[in-house]
This record gives sequence, C-alpha cells and structure tokens, in this order.
Amino acid sequence: MNRHTVLKVLGLLMIFMVVLSACGTPTAAPVEPPAATEPAANEPAATEPAATEPAVTEPAAEQFVFGMLLVGPYNDHGYSQAHYEGGLYVEKMAGFKMIYIDKVNPADRPGTTPAQLGEELVAQGAKLVIFNSDDMKDSSTEFAKAHPEIQVIMASGDQVWADGKVKEDIPNMVNIMGRMEYGKMMAGCAAALTTKTGQIGYLGPLINDETRRLASSAYLGAKYCWTEYLGKDAADLKFKVTWIGFWFNIPGVTSDPTQVADEFINSGYDVIISGIDTTEGLTEAKKFAAEGKEVFAVPYDFIGSCEEGKEVCLGVPYFNWGPAYLKTISTAADGTYASNFQWNGPDWADINNVDTSSVGFIKGNALSAEASASLDEFIAALAGGLNLWTGPINLQDGTVYLADGIVATDQEIWYLPQLLEGMEGQSVQP
Amino acid sequence: MMKNSRLANIGFQLAALVLALLFTTLILVATGAPPLEAYKNIILGSVSSLDKISNVLVTWVPLLLASAGLLITFSAGLWNIGMEGQITLGAIGTTWALRLMQDSSLPPALVIVLSILAGMVMGALWASLAGALKTFGGVNEIFGGLGLNFVATALTLWLIFGPWKRPGVGSMSGTEPFPEALWLPMFPDSRLSPWALVLAVVAIVIVYFMLQGTYFGLRLKAVGKNFRAAYMLGIPTWQYMMISFMLCGALAGAAGAVQVTAVYHRLIPSISSGYGYLGLLVAMLVNYQAAWAAPVALFFAALNIGSIQLPIILKLDSSLSGVLQGMLVLFVLMVEGVRQRLMRRS
Repeated sequence: MNRHTVLKVLGLLMIFMVVLSACGTPTAAPVEPPAATEPAANEPAATEPAATEPAVTEPAAEQFVFGMLLVGPYNDHGYSQAHYEGGLYVEKMAGFKMIYIDKVNPADRPGTTPAQLGEELVAQGAKLVIFNSDDMKDSSTEFAKAHPEIQVIMASGDQVWADGKVKEDIPNMVNIMGRMEYGKMMAGCAAALTTKTGQIGYLGPLINDETRRLASSAYLGAKYCWTEYLGKDAADLKFKVTWIGFWFNIPGVTSDPTQVADEFINSGYDVIISGIDTTEGLTEAKKFAAEGKEVFAVPYDFIGSCEEGKEVCLGVPYFNWGPAYLKTISTAADGTYASNFQWNGPDWADINNVDTSSVGFIKGNALSAEASASLDEFIAALAGGLNLWTGPINLQDGTVYLADGIVATDQEIWYLPQLLEGMEGQSVQP
Repeated sequence: MMKNSRLANIGFQLAALVLALLFTTLILVATGAPPLEAYKNIILGSVSSLDKISNVLVTWVPLLLASAGLLITFSAGLWNIGMEGQITLGAIGTTWALRLMQDSSLPPALVIVLSILAGMVMGALWASLAGALKTFGGVNEIFGGLGLNFVATALTLWLIFGPWKRPGVGSMSGTEPFPEALWLPMFPDSRLSPWALVLAVVAIVIVYFMLQGTYFGLRLKAVGKNFRAAYMLGIPTWQYMMISFMLCGALAGAAGAVQVTAVYHRLIPSISSGYGYLGLLVAMLVNYQAAWAAPVALFFAALNIGSIQLPIILKLDSSLSGVLQGMLVLFVLMVEGVRQRLMRRS
C-alpha cells in the first residue's frame, strides 16, 4: 500500500472521528443545576454561607444526592432526555441533587460496565442510582446486590416484579416503567382517524416482548377508532410493522429507517407510527409532504419530538418519568424505601399533567379538529375504563390469545408472545 | 549523529503532544468549559485510587491485545479495519464454547481456557475471510473488513435476540450471564483479572520479539515495505499476508474472549467496545514500534476512564477524550511529515 492510499484512509478516519465528536460535543456548556436554593423545609443548610469558590463536588451536608446512568446523550431528544428531565424535575421539586453519566454503553465507553459507572456516582455522593435502560438490566442487578446500602431504580426492568418471569429478591431495587401501551393506543387512534388510504406503517425497532406489546397496542387503538368512530370495517385497515433490527439506524446492520419510511409512503401507507429512538419517520413524512403528498407521522418517547416536523405530526406519546422518580427517590431520602415494581399509567384526569401522569400524549398540529375531537372521546373512554386488551383477541398465527370477554393480565401483556391477528409483519426474530 | 536524530525525534513527538493539547484546549475554551478543571478531573479520574487504576488496566488489556494484533498486519502493510468484527467473532466463539461446556463436568479452569482458545480460533478464521477476499478476490482489506464488521454486528444481534435469547424477555442486556465459576478470576474487590493482564503482556512481548528479532518478522516487514520486491526475492508473499491476518485475528479473538470471560461475562450487542478502531489509532501513533504500544495504549485507556468524571463533576461531554486521542494521532502524523520533509532538505 503506498503512501497516498495511507493518507487517504487516514483522512477518512479523521473525518470519521471529527464527525463522531461533533455528534456529541455541541452542548458542553454546563447546565445549571436548579433547585439547590429552592425550599425543601428539611434543609438546615440554608444558613451556611455561600461558598466563594465553586464547590463542585461537595454537596451541602444534608442534601440528598441521586445518580442517573443514561444509555444515550442526556440531550438526545428521545428516551434518555426524557429520563434526564425527570431527574431535573426531582431536583426542582425536592431540592435533591442529581449527578449523571450519559452515553453509558460499551460502544461509547469501552471497557466499562454500568455497575462500575454506578460506583463512580456513589463515589461522588449518590445514595440512589437510576439505571435507565434495558441494556443495563444485568448490571443493575449486580450493582444492587454488591451495594445493599445504595437504593437502585432499574427503569423498564422486571427483576423485582412478583408476577414476572425472572423475579429476584433484591430488597434495594425498584422497577419503574410507564404504561406506554396507552400512549401507543392513542397514537394508533390518531393514525386511524387520519389515514385516507387505510394503511398505517409502524416503524419497529428490534423484536422483543416490549416492542411487540407496544406495536400491538398501537394496532388495538387504531382498530378501535377505525371501527367505532369512522364506522369502517376492521378488515379494510392495513397495519404493517417493519422492524429495522435495532433502536436506531446502524448502517450495514439494520434496515435503514429512512428507506423503510420511504417504502411505506411509496406503497400507499400515509401514516407512519415510530417505535424507534430516532425521528426518520417524521422527517421522511415531512419530506414527502413538502413534495405535495399527504402523509403524516407519530414520533415517540420525548415530549418535544413533534418539533422536527410540526406540519406532519399527529402527536407524540411520551414518557414523563418525573412523578414516579420523585415519589421513589423521596422514600429513599426519608428512609421508607421498599422494593417494588411500578407500571405507572396516565393520570386519567389529565394525561399531560407533569406532576401526576407517567405517560402522556401531546397532540400535533397536523391532527384535524374532527380527529382531535374523536381522539378526545377515545381518551375519555379509556379513562372511563375501556380496556382494549379484552378478548376476543387472537395472536397473529390465529391461536386464541384472549377468549371472548376475558381481560388480559399485566403479565400476559408484558410478555406478549406474538403480534396480533390483523397485523402484518414478523412476530419473532427469524 | 545517531544520538542527535533520536533527540530530535523525541522533540518532534513532544511538539505533537503539545499541539494536540493546545488544540483540544482551544475547543474547550470555545465551548465555554474550564480546560484546567477538565484535565485535572481526567487525571484524577484515572489514577487517584487503586480502584481507578485497576479500571484503567481492565480497559488496557483488550486495547493492548488489539494493538498487538494490528502491529502484525501493519508490518505486512495491511490495514485491518476488520478488527472490530474479529473481536466480535472472538467473543461469539468464546460464548459459544462456554455455552456448550457450562453444564459439563469439566473443571471450570479448563472450560475457560478452551473457551478463550475457541475465541482466538474464531477471530483468526474471521480474519482469514478478509485475508482471502484480499488475496484471492482482490477486495481491498479496508472494504472487506468493514463489510465483515457489519456482518459480525448483525450476527451478534441475531444471536442475542434469536437462538441465544435468555429465558423471559430477549434483552439488550445480552445473553444470560455465565455463572461466576466461569469468570476469569479477578483480584479481590476488583474487576481486574490478573490472568487477562498476563495474557495481554505476553501477547505484546511475543509480538515485539517476533517483529524485532525473527526471520519471520523481517520477511513480514519486507512484504509490507515492498510487496513486489519481496515477491521477487522469493518470499511467499500471499502466504505471509494470510498468516499476518490470522495472527492478528487470533489476538483480536483473545480480546473478545477477555471481554466475555473477564469483563461482561456474557455476550452483549457491542461486545467489541470499539477497541478495534481505538487499536488502529494506537498502532498508527506508535508508528509500528511494538515497544511503544503498551504505554500508548495505557494512556488511551486512562483517558477513557478518566473522562468518566467529566459529566459527573463538570457536566461536560466526555467525548473530549476521543477528541484528544484523535488530535494526538493527527498531529503526530503531521509532525512526522514535517520532519521527513526537513530531513530530506538537510
């Protein structure tokens, strides 16, 4: 290999690295921790003179410190940011102090494990550590067992669920998850009320129990609104799930979500519901809409997700981790912490109440007034006790999942084995 | 004369280091972050306690194995970008062997050793694919390697969510963790395995002597320096290239095996942790001199571990360490170019 080629390759590598670092660095400006000065009646530290030098590491003696491990960047406009903002909410409401490490994954932090990074947080004073992603499940178990004096929240996990398949006794662990099933039903409903072609595309990540139940919830919501509010035949509704293979695009490994979205649109699917961490569904819909096509999208995860394509966004189902974190972290601070499993639903009085609702749905600009009214009706019905996980429901292969009138248990929903009858797309990893 | 040029060399390297630091500092200042605080925290974060030092060494081991392997292919004039995939396949091979033997009556020590060997074999085989594509298919090893990296990642995901799915929910957290008996033994109260450490040190020593002191090493370098001339002189060139691929792959496999047996204790989606790419940077930086690989890899490992403190304490993005690493390579190469130009002139 001659010198020229070497230089070329080097050049490529450099560009690669610059891009990599550019992806991550833009927001290095320190984010002011709010709160510290805010009330918290139980905080005698108020009389202490303000330190003249920036006391970076030493929290006030009484201030409770909690740590958070985020799988992605704290400002990813997606899953991790939703958790981060939940943490900020706790800081504001309780006067606790949050410390965090983001990009907790082996690709971004070679040779580290979440358990080890949790220890770094403890070394800086954290008395409770939040593990925010399924990636960290084993590590959270390992960490909790090795540090019985530190409280642990494993978000999205099921280790301490009494009805779970993998129940373990970990007295210092709490599992917290939001009932996004409801958010997805609303997403499906909004899609069904909007589609002109009767074809809804679901951009799926990888196939597991969680992603199956979320896609299926979207379908149940779509089917209900399609038949109940539009009076159409369920058989005329096409609902197709295409799995890209991961939570976001990895060139060469996953299907390209941009292409999947384009294929959806080009073959007549006019609403794309996203189940992945990134916003290709929304941006592609926006692109096609700019060319005159009537297409719409429903993003996922984060309350602000519609921003990137307001004109095509029907709304976004999002997680609001704040209230559950506040409640659980407060028990850790006052010593009443006890291991439990939480699967928190919306506050039906107001699903977008930041102080009470764990799951919400913000309507987008593209949702028509008429559809919006029907969606409100649907939400009111759900609030009134409508349960779409009620039989008769068959699995995709035709076997009976719920007989007529039978309501699914939490366990049956959590561990959903296949997609549902009426949905197109793979049910299990080939 | 000799002494002079060596001194000049060191001077040039130091200049590169200073330039890299300067540039990184500029970036920090531009984003409104305190550079001295940042550097202080990186240093403290990597050496301020026994725990942190051992964490650095945990990262050092696979990085050093990867760098050692890459020194071999570099010597043969090959850009083995497929390193990532070879590490991944090593991890898959090790996981596979562990799964096969974990319920057997074989003593755990033997199971671990066999599994590491299985990882090395898988790594070597995967590397030989890139080698075969290069020698028989005329596919440049950069493109062949990249392609094989993608395949390796896809294979890992498929295994984790398919055939090796854990009971309960298929999870991003990886396959079911192996029982503690099948972990490479660690120092008490530490994540560092002395055996992994020994493996890495032995590997780099062997590579050092192989490249410096053996006929094989000499001929390998001849192939790397001038393929045609080496061929004319009767060196079996393509065989040498294949062998260098496979040796490198075996070391990559060992890195993957360490990830499984000593760090994660299971197969996880990004098991290679980017050590392949990081190893390429190390190998470039040391300019093919094996003796420097150990300290430079150690420095990189320390940067990675030290930068963990940045988000915790300064709420800074920790990809700063990556920026610094990139800058270092860039400036060392630039300074090297300048030096050569100056020497030619004088």
